[in-house]
Amino acid sequence: MSGVVSVRGVDKVFGTGRERTEALRRIDLEIPQGAFVSLIGPSGCGKSTLLRLIGDLTQPSVGTIEVNGKTAHRARLDRDYGMVFQSPVLFDWRTVQRNVELPLEMTALGRTQRAARAAAMLALVELGGFERRYPWQLSGGMQQRVAIARALSFEPALILMDEPFGALDEMTRERLNLELLRIWKQTGTTIVFVTHSIPEAVFLSTQVAVMSARPGRILEVISVDLPQPRNDLTREDARYFGFITRVRERLRGHDVAPPRAAEVAASG
Amino acid sequence: MFRAARGVLSFAAVIAALGVLWEGIKLLGGDPNGAWTPPFQWTVASDLNMPHVWDIATSFVEPAQRNGPPLGLVLGDAALFTFREAFGGFVFGALLGLALAIVFVHSRLLERALVPYVVASQTVPIIAIAPVVVIWLQGGWLAVAVISAYLTFFPVTIAGLRGLRSPDPRALELMRSYAASPRSVLFKVRLPAAAPYLLAALKVAATASVVGAIIGELPSGIREGLGGAILNFNQYYVSGPPKLWAAIIVAAIVGIGFFVLVRAAEAFLMRGRVPAAET
Amino acid sequence: MRRLRYYGPAVAIFVGVLAVWEIAVRAFGIQQFLLPRPSAIAAAFTEHFDELVTVGGNTLVEAVGGLLIGGVAALAVALATARWTAASRALLPFAIAANSVPIIAFAPIMNNWFGVLNPLSKMMVVAVLVFFPIMINTLRGLTLVDRSSLELMRSYAATELAVFTKVRIPNALPYVFTALKVSATLSLIGAIVAEYFGGARSVLGQFIITEAAFFRFANAWAAIVVASAVSIAFFLIIVAIERVAIPWHASSRSAESS
Repeated sequence: MSGVVSVRGVDKVFGTGRERTEALRRIDLEIPQGAFVSLIGPSGCGKSTLLRLIGDLTQPSVGTIEVNGKTAHRARLDRDYGMVFQSPVLFDWRTVQRNVELPLEMTALGRTQRAARAAAMLALVELGGFERRYPWQLSGGMQQRVAIARALSFEPALILMDEPFGALDEMTRERLNLELLRIWKQTGTTIVFVTHSIPEAVFLSTQVAVMSARPGRILEVISVDLPQPRNDLTREDARYFGFITRVRERLRGHDVAPPRAAEVAASG
Repeated sequence: MFRAARGVLSFAAVIAALGVLWEGIKLLGGDPNGAWTPPFQWTVASDLNMPHVWDIATSFVEPAQRNGPPLGLVLGDAALFTFREAFGGFVFGALLGLALAIVFVHSRLLERALVPYVVASQTVPIIAIAPVVVIWLQGGWLAVAVISAYLTFFPVTIAGLRGLRSPDPRALELMRSYAASPRSVLFKVRLPAAAPYLLAALKVAATASVVGAIIGELPSGIREGLGGAILNFNQYYVSGPPKLWAAIIVAAIVGIGFFVLVRAAEAFLMRGRVPAAET
Repeated sequence: MRRLRYYGPAVAIFVGVLAVWEIAVRAFGIQQFLLPRPSAIAAAFTEHFDELVTVGGNTLVEAVGGLLIGGVAALAVALATARWTAASRALLPFAIAANSVPIIAFAPIMNNWFGVLNPLSKMMVVAVLVFFPIMINTLRGLTLVDRSSLELMRSYAATELAVFTKVRIPNALPYVFTALKVSATLSLIGAIVAEYFGGARSVLGQFIITEAAFFRFANAWAAIVVASAVSIAFFLIIVAIERVAIPWHASSRSAESS
């Protein structure tokens, strides 16, 4: 099975001289078709940067990134990505429906087709009937579901999600986790998901990539072979707790920043 | 220091560019000048309507009236006079504006009763009422300062209201949990929170106060200031166009100067805090 | 009922102030050149109604014309420069400095350039007066766009034009309307001040000057009331347009709920 995403030998350095920060070091990552991969690590480990590299929102200092066998840049121009940010980033001046239609307006799709697609996507995230509302009339969780509908609307090969549920309360978050899994199954899409919640990562993912503190490296990619489809019972499964412990221990071993001298020696 | 120098330099560059543009227009459509006959004849660009840059510049050192002091000195005095009015109006207006904002924040009833009139007050053409104010206050720069304050207090009240309401509700609840008096809530939470809003408004107010001072001078027979100078040189425009331009340039300098002054004060007071957007 | 409770205090103040004014002027024998009685102003208003309408209309034409000229120019400059974000950032301080120039000082120049009796000379004063506030605000609205919104558009490989029409311009609209609301009042005041430096007989500024010169102060005050009323009406029209044009925006929202 060929990888949708393949990251090879990527370093990412911000700034120069005294301002120089090494964000990512020697990242290798293969993401197969239909996978749900979580990136997890201490804050500042560069997991969002890695996501942005895959999405061609920033470029690697060293190394290559391929998406569907193309460069990340080509993939972006081919509109292979659906992005979901921590905040919904909905446009105040557009109704819910018009927000979902936004990416479709960049394609050759006609007005009626766009409306039909938007309606289908809103039904998928269970927001049918809210088409005419404005974003401010919706709760935070509903807004984030609109953002997911928007990301799905043009059937991108790859969905990139940057802590999409980070700002939501625990109850909403668990409900949206279930919905996301359902949508993922229904559409067969590939998802890369940044989070700092270990239970969330384990619950959702087929693979969890555990990252170290800065400079971020991938310590281990843990395959979570809990049975699919996952549901509320999964959260009570003993193996679920086993995976949580495994991820936690992997993180704990490395959540202390390496000594400064070592960093200087390595980068110099 | 370096940044300030760069600011002054780029400012000078913009002024120079304006001068070049000015003379360029005159070269294209101004009056014939020696050997050069411009291809177009624009009335706007004639020597009467757009005097040469160097004529305006030299007018500063030439006497304003026969055997009188040079125009530069005359305008300098007028500028000081107008600035005094404007500064007086600025201080009155800022204090009044802040006082109103504090009252409105503490009384919904007064807010509802008076804010519509605060807004409506700015639609009254102050220039029409200025003569009455001058008679009431028996003339002088103080009368003009009051007129200037009429334009100045408004932005301060509006920004003050917004700023005094800006603290996080949790900060107010925290103060409540300390059983803090309204006075200490005002001084420890509301006013510090309002500071960036107020300082941004004071920059607007500085400009408004200069406008107010000039407008106040126009109909009230006060001739010592820049408004008077503009009226005067406008009357004798045909005999010396550069003088009116010189007066306008000095008025612009006073306006920009006062603005820069308030901005410097803001930069000093707000060091280490997030400044509000410039207006 | 709730409306009455809300506007009650303001109405009470209005009635109260008029009553105190009327009584005070009568009781203390305040001379009419200082302050005419409200009833005298009202009488002057009804007596000269037709003339006041003409005069106010002429000044309003100057104000609206100036706002159109200045507004279109400001929007054009802002749209043209926003394309080069760095250049427009460098430009902004100068626009802000220019905004603190007392533009009104240019009124006599505009009279010389375009003719004292030509309404265009007043329009140009108004145009220059409103140019900087509108330009500065529009530029700010076009450039102060949420970074995530731009990244979202980037992830769609959106064209520069799409970013402009779908993100920057809608984002700028509330800023534009804020500036327009300020400019509505500003334009009328500016036109009247410009008229003080000379103008046709049948405009508000000249009407007030002549009536005051002939000691007909009630007439002058009636004209002041007209100026204020026209100014408020102009402002409210722009508020109404704003509500239709940007129904999503907070300022329209709060008006809806109150």
